[in-house]
Amino acid sequence: MALDLSQNRYAEVPYEEKERLFNEVKRDMRFDEYLYGCYECGICVAACPSARFYDFSPRKIAQAVAREDVELFYIFLNDSIWDCSQCFSCDRCPRQNSPGGLITVMREVAVKNGLASAQQALEGYGRIVYKIMSTGTQVSPDMLQPSAFPDWGPHVKEISDNLDLWRKALPPETLHTTETGWQVSDKTIIELYLIWHHTGVMDMIKEVDEGLFMILADVMEERLEEEGYDVTFD
Amino acid sequence: MIPVETLVKPASERQFNVNPADAPTEDYHDIIFQLEKEGEWEVQRVPEPYIEVETKFGRKKKIPINTTWHHKSCGQCGHIPGYSTSIFWINRKLGLDYLDPTDQTSCTAWNYYASATSNVAAQAAVAMRNFAAAAETGYFPIIHCGTSFGHYKEVRQELIHSPELRRQVRDILAKLGKKLVMPEEIVHYSEWVHAMRHRIAELQVRDMSMVAATVHPACHYHKLVREDAIYDPEIYGAQRTAVITATLKAIGVEVRDYSTWYDCCGFGFRHILVSRDFSRSFATQRKIEVMKEEADPDVVVTHDTGCVTTLDQSQFAAKAHGRNVGVPVMSDSQMAALAMGAHPYKVLQLHWHNTDNKPLLEKIGIDVEKAWKEFEDEVEKIKRGEKQYLTWEDVDA
Repeated sequence: MALDLSQNRYAEVPYEEKERLFNEVKRDMRFDEYLYGCYECGICVAACPSARFYDFSPRKIAQAVAREDVELFYIFLNDSIWDCSQCFSCDRCPRQNSPGGLITVMREVAVKNGLASAQQALEGYGRIVYKIMSTGTQVSPDMLQPSAFPDWGPHVKEISDNLDLWRKALPPETLHTTETGWQVSDKTIIELYLIWHHTGVMDMIKEVDEGLFMILADVMEERLEEEGYDVTFD
Repeated sequence: MIPVETLVKPASERQFNVNPADAPTEDYHDIIFQLEKEGEWEVQRVPEPYIEVETKFGRKKKIPINTTWHHKSCGQCGHIPGYSTSIFWINRKLGLDYLDPTDQTSCTAWNYYASATSNVAAQAAVAMRNFAAAAETGYFPIIHCGTSFGHYKEVRQELIHSPELRRQVRDILAKLGKKLVMPEEIVHYSEWVHAMRHRIAELQVRDMSMVAATVHPACHYHKLVREDAIYDPEIYGAQRTAVITATLKAIGVEVRDYSTWYDCCGFGFRHILVSRDFSRSFATQRKIEVMKEEADPDVVVTHDTGCVTTLDQSQFAAKAHGRNVGVPVMSDSQMAALAMGAHPYKVLQLHWHNTDNKPLLEKIGIDVEKAWKEFEDEVEKIKRGEKQYLTWEDVDA
């Protein structure tokens, strides 16, 4: 689908709000390392996998931000950044830009501010966020369900049907798990929850998925309380 | 008219002129030790013995041989567990001491690159918590995942340049009862395999000379903080990373080139989980089909979680559409273990992979049906309660 770059697409959003978000991106500590300007050479686009399948251009995003084109920035912030593959092939930029890095920062700002486009982009992704934040490992063996990966063929069902046995048939002692990638100690999980608490990550979750926030907060607060920590995520 | 061949050398004849002064960043070694002198953090030294290698711009990098702390990968352990099992198996076969810790979390970078539901401080704190946990054991971290490796190198850059971030992370770790410890080197497991390739070849028991492979270098290995990835003038004139290719050559595998080697696999972080049409299309159309057409390999060898997953799993749907696919995908650790005699199912755990790998195994001289029966017999014993798990002793027997 072609990207609509017309200026009136987000005409109802005040310019000041777009500028506020733009300045938030510029204030990120990584911004000066990620954007030095743009030669318009298009090397980043040539290397970009997403550019081959979407109406997506790391060059246009880098240029819009470098030119401080707030209107165009806002369009990309909503309609383009989630197409990026975050592979950083664009880092071969002769100007030493990192369009992929810039997009990481833009995504973070989109999430932190609870943009509707970010919420939409993350629909269906909540179970992954839940898994990584609550267990310390991102993908688990029991996620290999035929309903989740129908395009991977019947072997997913075979794994799923044999999951318990096949996990026991793994020589490393830490891999006998089905709900986590490996066995993570209780102490380690508590430390991870405290990191989420001290760095405000749960505030970001709340902005994009209130339901997920509530579930995660319950799980983590209960576990922390058991360990003697009086922590609330609110 | 000047003939174009006098201006453009074939790729095989080109050479990257290595010059440390061309590196885009300052040498992190000097800075991390200076910060240690200033009391900002401790540096965990690479234990001896180590092997010294060269990175892209000619800097030296120490790769530890022994007493390694294995920072595991979510995707490897969860969905392709023979990947990490092979790394451990090679360590055991070489008689080396290693630690497979439970005091380790994911780097959480897969989620970060997919959803951005995290921030710089959290990502740095997760990294440094893991490094602190490694230092407490006295073992040196080896990172299994390419994304963890690339992300941790980025975290190191951020911490080096931001006193405020160092203070924030140091304070968080203090609340966890941990110190801020930066390893002297951030080492990917494929760098360890690369450094150990000649010792691996010494223990080789299977002839791999009839196998042709294509190599997919993982983006987050050689594109993120590219100055800290291994290069060698003997491998593609130091124009591409030497890891994987040098390992395959050491065990006698024929490495065949293809034009889209620099392309990503199509993983996309969020795409592989919630927009897989993109991942499937890219993996098959830009990678597998090009490899098939230009190189016709027996196997694709790569060195990261997402790449094995995407390149392997995407082929099923493409095959259903009659596309020119059908190449098994393995990690360099699995290929090295295979050469050293590892069992294809008890160690490599190839039943977790998707694309048919029997032709490859048969080419190496493995009786696939017999090997599968041996694995199934072990599973039956577990099922009957005769044993709780398949153990290292079972595998080593």
